[in-house]
Amino acid sequence: MLRKITFIAAAVALLAGPALAAGHAKAPADIAYSYEGPFGTFDQAQLQRGYKVYREVCAACHSMNLLAFRNLGDRGGPFYNPKYKNANDNPVVKAIAAEAQINDIDNETGDPIKRAGIPADRFPDPFPNAVAARASNGGALPPDLSLMAKARSGGPEYVAGLLQGYVAPPAGLTVPTGQHYNDHFPGDVSAGWKGDPHHPPAGGFIAMAAPLKAGLVTFDDGTPSTVKQQATDVGAFLM
Amino acid sequence: MSGHSTYQPKSGFSRWMDQRLPVGRLVWDSFVDYPTPRNLNYWWTFGAILSLCLGVQILTGIVLAMHYTPSAAAAFSSVEHIMRNVNYGWLIRYMHANGASMFFIAVYLHMLRGLYYGSYKAPREILWILGCVIYGLMMATAFMGYVLPWGQMSFHGAVVITNLLGAFPIVGETITTLLWGGFAVDEPTLKRFFSLHYLLPFMIAGVVILHIWALHVVGQNNPTGVDPKSKADTLPFTPYATVKDGFAVSVFLILFAIFVFYMPNALGHADNYVPANPLVTPSHIVPEWYFLPFYAILRAVPDKLMGVLAMFGAIGCLFALPWLDTSKVRSMRYRPQAKLYFVIFLVVCVILGFCGAKLPDDQVIPGLTTFTLVDSPLNSFVWLSRLATLYYFAYFLVIMPVLGLTEKPLAVPETIATPALSHPATVPAEATAAPEMKG
Amino acid sequence: MRGDPYAPLRPPYAIARPRSSTAALSKGDLQVADPAANAASHPAGDDPSRRDFIHIAAITAAAGAAGAVAWPFIAQMNPSADTLALASVEYDLTKIEPGLQVTINWRGKPLFIRNRTPEQIASAVKDDGASMPDPQPDAERHKDGKANWLVLVGSCTHLGCVPTVGGGDYGGWFCPCHGSHYDTSGRIRKGPAPKNLVVPEYAFLSDTKVKIG
Repeated sequence: MLRKITFIAAAVALLAGPALAAGHAKAPADIAYSYEGPFGTFDQAQLQRGYKVYREVCAACHSMNLLAFRNLGDRGGPFYNPKYKNANDNPVVKAIAAEAQINDIDNETGDPIKRAGIPADRFPDPFPNAVAARASNGGALPPDLSLMAKARSGGPEYVAGLLQGYVAPPAGLTVPTGQHYNDHFPGDVSAGWKGDPHHPPAGGFIAMAAPLKAGLVTFDDGTPSTVKQQATDVGAFLM
Repeated sequence: MSGHSTYQPKSGFSRWMDQRLPVGRLVWDSFVDYPTPRNLNYWWTFGAILSLCLGVQILTGIVLAMHYTPSAAAAFSSVEHIMRNVNYGWLIRYMHANGASMFFIAVYLHMLRGLYYGSYKAPREILWILGCVIYGLMMATAFMGYVLPWGQMSFHGAVVITNLLGAFPIVGETITTLLWGGFAVDEPTLKRFFSLHYLLPFMIAGVVILHIWALHVVGQNNPTGVDPKSKADTLPFTPYATVKDGFAVSVFLILFAIFVFYMPNALGHADNYVPANPLVTPSHIVPEWYFLPFYAILRAVPDKLMGVLAMFGAIGCLFALPWLDTSKVRSMRYRPQAKLYFVIFLVVCVILGFCGAKLPDDQVIPGLTTFTLVDSPLNSFVWLSRLATLYYFAYFLVIMPVLGLTEKPLAVPETIATPALSHPATVPAEATAAPEMKG
Repeated sequence: MRGDPYAPLRPPYAIARPRSSTAALSKGDLQVADPAANAASHPAGDDPSRRDFIHIAAITAAAGAAGAVAWPFIAQMNPSADTLALASVEYDLTKIEPGLQVTINWRGKPLFIRNRTPEQIASAVKDDGASMPDPQPDAERHKDGKANWLVLVGSCTHLGCVPTVGGGDYGGWFCPCHGSHYDTSGRIRKGPAPKNLVVPEYAFLSDTKVKIG
């Protein structure tokens, strides 16, 4: 008798779960990443491709200022080399760091200068401050990507789904100027929707324009550079 | 239970100490030779599990405080510094965060055991009340701790909860300004939360000592609710309860390890990995899971002040429980009607927790449109919360008092050992024998 | 609901009839173990019994587990990764003219990199045999073939003040705090300091680049 009541209550509780689906963003497609599961490992080639996507596409607007160049050489990182246990000695990491221009002051005069980076430096911000970032991006602040994979429910799959979610808006949906329709972005489209108010299209308006295009980033290992590949790989890198 | 001590100091040093500060005697009397009812089941191991949790939280917390910066500008990045740079920082941080959840899982099971077996009834009222005090301190500590990473949920959760106190008339605003140290949750709030979060666990430790002292004065309850009458009813704490607690602790640690190593963020919220922004509220402010039932009760009441009072009242019912329950029978094992209401109570608590996580106007049964009552459709989580809150209060304020007077309990055994003796069984003779010396 | 709250204990606990007469016992219910038979099969003391094995195994496992748990708490106090990242610095030597010295911040302490002139090298080598508190030949204080480059931790070995370059009676360094004189090899010649200026671990990555630490 008691067990029956408990079961019924549990069933009711479970039923109420899918109530969220209507009018919200499309659920991201599941990707079988190599690192999933208790015995998962990162695919270093994928991480390197993902880093390349970040470097060439995302870093123009998105900072990653809680990470340092040496983290690229850490265990589980894209450029980890067992010969260089200390990532600060890793030549690939040093080369990547040296490409970046880091704000610093001159040791003798105190003037602000830009110098080549070292592995200990954090990834530099593309804009000097948040106000400049907003001004260059139509009022929207591109969020920092250091923790993006943990800061969104769905993690890397959400990121990959979002980057591929720039579909053509359905008929009846007016996209406000400066915004873009993305069916994976959790937002509210009711302002521009003229159709059935009980069934608005999934997704929302995002200020970021579709950043990925086929062939935009050439992958050094020859992997075909489709939007899906770029999106999947950058998701793994952010993880 | 307070008989004369059987402690025999063996070495010269222990005899010397025993005359000056009898710590050895205290440990012997409380945890070695202490007479423990022989029929305790695994629900009684949560006391030891909770002590372990408190120890883990204090240890990991002190270590985290070596690396954390309690400043609005640096708190978020100092936590990331702990995760990435500090040796094993990721492990210690995840142990602390998941340890808090494990602490609450254990405390809820511990309290439910108390409710079911009547461990709050005379002469254990003070023991129960001290436990409620510990629970209240735990909630305060957990709330302040969650604010420290200064993520979106930390910040806005702090805003919501501190604004609750503003509901009180006349003094509300003064209290909130005092609590904030300013006009909103900001730098001063973070700093004082850090200081208090460091302090409160030591107060918890002090109340735990009182709790164990109160326990040892009256002795443990047991599944039958019948007091031990003779030596045949008890066993020495060591090795029986010690080993049983050790086993339960190991199982608990396995569960803890699964969370820490394989799903460390499962019990948290993704929005807390976004740095706090006072100007942007997350679409879905949700407290940590262990506060969800009270959050649901808070939102169930349409009036702000009444909601706050209902939430505090829900915790207050626990304090009054020893006097609300009129039954002469302790354990619900022998109270079949009470058992039924208890199971419903359990289900209601889970439902309340579930409702706390949902948006109040979301539909419970999707697609079903119903009429609106008191500003909310009937098919909504807020109405489900209202029903559940009604049962929650009814359980403590109506069912417990009335049932004790009207129910027909089953026959309670005379002694703890009686149910065993009526079965074909082998029975040990000496309760306080040391069987490991034989054979 | 379990009707029997009490599971029967198995031998080898010593068992006997219960003392109290609380319940009526049916015939043959209770078995009595024979202590003598027990003692015969397990003579006390000699044989390690199964229980001893379990005790030893459990205590060893618990000790191992305690060590494994304690280690992260101790290790976390070791320098963290960002501190270690700044543990080594690389420096471009082309900026330092002969006779000049540059001071950089290394591991939170001042570091002198001095480009010695041939006269300074000669005077240091000449004094190799002179009496001094901490004798050391000049050759040991620089890398082979790079006698002009002197890399020293700029912290006086007396109580840690930063010596000034070029001062003092020996042309090396002079510590203003308590008057220690160092020569052009950084060796203490006069004053309260007990040891020569410390030569840190360093290596030349190329003729113009040095990595310290």
